[in-house]
Amino acid sequence: MSAHQPAFGRRTALLGLAAALTLPRARVAFAEAPGEARLAVVLLRGGLDGLFAVQPYGEADFRELRGGLALPEPGQEGGLLDLGGRFGLHPRLTQIHAMYLANEALPIHAVAGNWRSRSHFTAQDLLESGADHLMSSGWLNRALSTLPARPGAQPTGLSVGTDLPLMMRGPTRVGTYAPRGAGTPPPDLLARIAELNAADPVAGPAIAEGLQARGYAISTLGMDATARPQPGGAFRALAIAAGRLLAQPDGPRVAAFELNGWDTHSAQANRLNAPLFQLDEGLGALKEALGEHWRRTAVLVVTEFGRTVRVNGTGGTDHGTGGVAFVLGGAVAGGKVGGAWPGLAQGRLFENRDLAPTTDLRSLAKGLLRDHLGLPGQAVARAFPGSEAAAPMAGLLRA
Amino acid sequence: MDLKAAIAAVRFGQGRRPGDPIPTDPVAWLDSQLAPGLPGPALPEDLPKDLPALYLAAAEDTERLRTGGQGRPNQQLINRAETTAALGLEIAGDQGFRERLASFWTNHFSIARSRVQYVAGHYVREAIRPHVTGRFEDMLMAVVRHPAMLGYLDNTASVGPNSPAGQRGRRGLNENLAREVLELHTVTPASGYGQADVTAFAAVLTGWSFDGARPPYGFLFRPNAHEPGEKTVLGRRFAEGEQGGIAALHFLANHDATHRHLATKLVRHFVADDPPPAAVQTIHGVLRDTRGDLGAAAKALVRLEAAWDPPLGKFRSSHDYVVAALRALEAPIEVADRAFGGLQYLGQPMWNPPAPIGFPDTSRDWAAPEMMVRRIEWSNGIATRGAGRDAAALAEAVLGPLCRPETLRAASRAGSARDALTLVLTSPEFHRR
Repeated sequence: MSAHQPAFGRRTALLGLAAALTLPRARVAFAEAPGEARLAVVLLRGGLDGLFAVQPYGEADFRELRGGLALPEPGQEGGLLDLGGRFGLHPRLTQIHAMYLANEALPIHAVAGNWRSRSHFTAQDLLESGADHLMSSGWLNRALSTLPARPGAQPTGLSVGTDLPLMMRGPTRVGTYAPRGAGTPPPDLLARIAELNAADPVAGPAIAEGLQARGYAISTLGMDATARPQPGGAFRALAIAAGRLLAQPDGPRVAAFELNGWDTHSAQANRLNAPLFQLDEGLGALKEALGEHWRRTAVLVVTEFGRTVRVNGTGGTDHGTGGVAFVLGGAVAGGKVGGAWPGLAQGRLFENRDLAPTTDLRSLAKGLLRDHLGLPGQAVARAFPGSEAAAPMAGLLRA
Repeated sequence: MDLKAAIAAVRFGQGRRPGDPIPTDPVAWLDSQLAPGLPGPALPEDLPKDLPALYLAAAEDTERLRTGGQGRPNQQLINRAETTAALGLEIAGDQGFRERLASFWTNHFSIARSRVQYVAGHYVREAIRPHVTGRFEDMLMAVVRHPAMLGYLDNTASVGPNSPAGQRGRRGLNENLAREVLELHTVTPASGYGQADVTAFAAVLTGWSFDGARPPYGFLFRPNAHEPGEKTVLGRRFAEGEQGGIAALHFLANHDATHRHLATKLVRHFVADDPPPAAVQTIHGVLRDTRGDLGAAAKALVRLEAAWDPPLGKFRSSHDYVVAALRALEAPIEVADRAFGGLQYLGQPMWNPPAPIGFPDTSRDWAAPEMMVRRIEWSNGIATRGAGRDAAALAEAVLGPLCRPETLRAASRAGSARDALTLVLTSPEFHRR
C-alpha cells in the first residue's frame, strides 16, 4: 500500500482535492479499466421519484394522480424542461437538459432492478450486488476483475477508504476518496434529525438554533419553496475532482459515486429541489472537468427504486417500483426518452400503486459494460450472475 | 440487555461496542475496573517515554532548529503517539469506567498540551493515571511536582523575595500555581481563604521547579529561590523548605472543604448537573472517612441510587460523544488519529482546555447550538463506517432499553444505512449518559 501513497499525495496536491473532498454526503470510488472509455456510475440512495424528475406531462391521468407534484407544463413559469413533447425534465435539471438537447442525455423510464423489495437496504444491496441475493462483492468490481492492466496506467490505490460502496467491493483493486472531517448532511436528513430531537428540552432547541444560525432556515429544510439552494455542494466538488482524475492519461477509467437524500416521504416538491440541483450541478461539473474526454464518457445514474405514483398524505411519495435512470455522456446516443412507457391508466400500475417496470436495470448496465467499456461477455456475466433473461441493452451508445 | 447493564455502560463507562459482553452484575463489572495494575495506553516501543528521554528529544528539536533545520519532528511524534495511544484505549478498550475516571482527574488537574509540549502525555500517564483509584493526596503531590504543572502554572518563575535569588534580582512571587491549587484543585473559595493565604502558599511553593537540561531531570527543589521562614496558610503553619510544601499539600488534600469539593464534582460528573445533596454527602463522607481514597469514592459512586435513575440526565461532553460514537461503530484502534481531529472540531481538544479550570461539565456547556450542528456533521461523516450495518440492531446492542422507539422508527425509515446510523448517533439518547 505504501508504494501508492506518493501517487495519492501527488495527485492530491496537483488537483487540490484535499479541501474539495471533505464533504461527506457524496462519495466516489475509482477503478481501472482497459481502453480509453470512461464510465461513471452515480447511485442515488434513498429512491428517487422518477415521475418527479422526468414527468409524463402528456399523459392523461398524470395531473390527477400526481396533484401538487405535477409541475407546470413546458413554457409556463416554473415549468418543466421539455423532452420532446411527452415528457418534461424537472426545472432544476438544466444541465441534463442541455445534454439532452445536444443528444448526450438518455433518460430511461420505468426502470427497475431484479427485485421487488420496497426496503431501501434490501434494494440497494441487490442493486449493488448485481444479483438476486446479497453478495460480498459488487457488480462493477466483478466486471473489472481479471482484466489486463492498461499499459502505463497508475495503480488505482489512491487512498484507503474507511469503507467502499458494495457496488465497488470485490477482487479488483479500487481507490476511494472517503470523505473526511466535517460536512453537511442534506436538508432532508437534517430535517429528520431536527424532528427526532424536537421534543428534547436540551438538544431540541440547540439543534434548531444551530441550524438557523448556519443558514439552514426552515426553507432549506423543505418548507419554503421560495428559497433557492446554493450552488455547489459535496457532489459537485467530488465530480470535479473525479472528472480531472478520469481525464488523466494514467488515471482511472471508472468512477462510482453515491449521493444521498432522495427519500422524500413528505414535502417532496420542496425537498427535492436541493438534491436535484446538486445532482445536476455535479453532472455538469463532471462534464466540464472531463474536457475532451467527455466524448468517451458514459454516466449511468441509478436509484434503488421509484416511488408511489400517487401522492401520500404529507405531500410526498412512498417506496415504489419503476423509476427513472439516466445514461449521459458524449458517447451516449441521447436526445430521446428511452424505455417502454407502461402508462399510468387504471390497471396499468404495478400493484395498483407503482409505475410498472419495463426495463431491467441490469440490461442497462450490461449494455454499457459490453458496448462502452468493451468488456468480454465473460466479464459481463460475472458482473450479473443469473441475468441471462436480462440481455444487454443495445443502442445506448453513438454508433 | 437489561436497563442496569445499559446504564452502567453509558453512565459510568464510555458506551458499549456492540460486541461487548453484557455484564450479569453491572456493579461488579464496574468494580473490577478499579483493580490496580490494569493496562494503560500502549505506546510505541521506541517512543521517548520517561522524562530524561523526553527532554533529550526536546533538546534535539531545539538543536535542529538552531542549526537551520525545520520544525520539531520529535514534538510532533510524541504528541501524536501519546494522544492516539490514550484515545485508542478509550475507543477499543474495555475499561470505560476507569478511563472515565482518568479523564475526570486529568480534567480536574488540567494542563494545556500546547503549553507544555513533550511532557503532557507523561503527565497523564505518571501523575494522574496511577492514582485514579489511589489516594487523592498522592495524586495532588504527583501533579504539583510534575514539570507539566510547574511549567503550565508558572511556578518555575516564582521566586521568594527574600530568597538569595530574590535578593539579587528583580523577580518575585508568582501566585499562579498556589492560587489554582487552592481554588480549583483543593479547598476552593468556599473554605474562606483570603489573599494572604494565597500569598503565603505561593511562598511555601517557591523553589518548586524542574530541570529539563540535566540529571536528574524532572522535579527539582531550588533552595536558592525559596522564601525563607515559616508560613501560615489557612491557619496552619508550615516550615521553611521543600518539606513545608509537602506538608501543605497533604494538609490541603485532606481538608474537609477539599473532600466536599471533590464529592460535588464527582457527583456532578456521574449523576446530575445539579448534584443531589444526599449523593454529595455520601461521597463526601467516604472521602473523609478514607482520607481521600479515590477508589473507595468510585465504588461509592456506583452504589448511589441516584446514579441509576433513568432518564439519563447528563449530556455527553464532546470527548465522551466522540469516543462513544466510535465505540458504537466498532472503530478500530487506528482511528484514534481521526478522533483527535473530531475532538478539535467539536470543541474539546485533547488535553488542551482553554483554562486551568478545565472543560465544563454540564449540558448547558456542551449542548451549544453550533456544537450540536457540528456533532451532526461529524456523525454523518463517520457513519460511513457503518455501511452494511443494521442501525436498529446497532442501537439495541449499544443502548439497549435506553433507545427510544421514536429513534428506531426514524432509523427504519431512513433512506440509507448511513442515514439510519446518523439518526441513531444524533438521537437525544445518544447525546446522553
